[in-house]
Amino acid sequence: MSTTAPRATLTARTPAASVVSTTAAAVRLEQVNKRFTAAGPAILEGIDLTIAPGEFVCLIGASGCGKSTLLNIVAGLEPATSGHVQVAGDGAALMFQESALLPWLTARRNVELALRLRGVPRGERRDRADELLELVHLKGAGGKAVHELSGGMRQRVALARCLAQERDVLLMDEPFGALDAITRDLLHDELERIWLGTGRTIVFITHNVREAVRLGQRVLLMSSRPGRIVREWAVEVHGERRIEAPEVATLAVEITDHLREEIRRHAV
Amino acid sequence: MPSEALASPADARSLESGLDALQTAPVGSTRRGRRTFWTVAAPLLALALLIAGWQLFVSAGIKPAYIVPSPLDVLHEAGAAWGRGDIQRAVATSLERGVIGFGVAALIATPIGILVARVRWVRMSFGPLITGLQVLPSVAWVPAAILWFGLTDATAYFVILMGAIPSIINGLVAGVDQVPPLFRRVGAVLGAGPLELVRHIILPAALPGYVAGLKQGWAFSWRSLMAAEIIAVGGKIGFGLGSMLQQGREVQDMSVVFVAIAGILTVGILVELLVFAPLERGLLRRRGLAAETAR
Repeated sequence: MSTTAPRATLTARTPAASVVSTTAAAVRLEQVNKRFTAAGPAILEGIDLTIAPGEFVCLIGASGCGKSTLLNIVAGLEPATSGHVQVAGDGAALMFQESALLPWLTARRNVELALRLRGVPRGERRDRADELLELVHLKGAGGKAVHELSGGMRQRVALARCLAQERDVLLMDEPFGALDAITRDLLHDELERIWLGTGRTIVFITHNVREAVRLGQRVLLMSSRPGRIVREWAVEVHGERRIEAPEVATLAVEITDHLREEIRRHAV
Repeated sequence: MPSEALASPADARSLESGLDALQTAPVGSTRRGRRTFWTVAAPLLALALLIAGWQLFVSAGIKPAYIVPSPLDVLHEAGAAWGRGDIQRAVATSLERGVIGFGVAALIATPIGILVARVRWVRMSFGPLITGLQVLPSVAWVPAAILWFGLTDATAYFVILMGAIPSIINGLVAGVDQVPPLFRRVGAVLGAGPLELVRHIILPAALPGYVAGLKQGWAFSWRSLMAAEIIAVGGKIGFGLGSMLQQGREVQDMSVVFVAIAGILTVGILVELLVFAPLERGLLRRRGLAAETAR
């Protein structure tokens, strides 16, 4: 038996109980509502959410519950119908489920484009891009075309491109959903290492409850139609946690039960 | 229990580089050489078969030789025309017109194409007109062009432009329309302004469609030019392949007609093989879309 004790415990909290100082928030949503048409159904309803700088928050919910819409609103890609959205600094970086790398550019050029659009002078771009690629352990792959990279490598380049934007807040929309299990577990380690190393605030969407418990400090559960944040758990972590760890499984079971309950409410 | 032992960072690192190596395609394909051989040999074989069939038809004596000359007759005539310098002169004249006309067409069509693709009211008002122009055979412009410009090179250039410009515009517009919305979102997330979006995302993404439009534009240029040269002979207009074809008809020399047709076809095929095919293949291969790179 290994000497390390159980490392993760969880506490359920009601959403209102989250106390974060308002001035220091990295992301703050107040009573955010979203409808695609004025007469249409509410996609998001009364979302109140405060995320502290450097926090790692996972957002889970059934497909179609509006998680991606919420992320798009925080990213500034879509307007909220009503309510207040505030993001620290000049906005957030967003990483998609597909790597969304531009196929006519090499891995390095993809990262350089983000630097260029941010106004980094030409002379510094290449070195900076190489540094970022090294951070995601892709030092030698800078000259490779996108189609020469595996799915996991593409997501790491996409992560490097997000980091190149130098935004405090990093939004991730099911970024590892299309990867095989071994690659995904590895990328969890990578992401955690980069999060701890860079101090970024991360909002991570997933429908994989174990993944949420593996990564998040806080796990938020969203209901569907309308999308609301109905419950949240704080994951107290001491030391390392792996996705196979029994503590992670225990938490995941409890959260999954609540998720199923939410889905069942829509049964006819 | 060993299964519960946590992986050290070094373990994770080597696992990762192992995965990267396994999931990346090995460099170089052993079948490349064979494939290159057949891409050359197969069309040549087809051509030989076609000529053999032609010779059989002639040998059967179904039609007299002045109606259907034999492959050898045509070859003799081609040799004679080459000796007189007719072929070189005609090809040079036509090719020069075709290339200049096509280049000007591309210069005019590209900015118009970007406007049609990106500006809603331009597309709504001019889009249908441009699509319609593509359907109109450019030969229809020849009489008008002769009345406007007389028997001069301007007539040939005008017809080329009217043939090629709509094709190039339509190719570019189709290319822009097919840019995946995800790429536009990437541009927005990376903070690209409207012009940067066009320059860094939309145009590079639309490049394959644009090149397809250019290729079709060239084909239309070449056809339009031949039509113009056949109809508008004499005056100050130079002697091109189309003129040669028309001359063959006037003196009723079927061999000259065949030589001219073969010349027009050969130039068309060579431009496709030497210019557009490598351009398209390079473009697709770099994006991982060519057949050779499929895993």
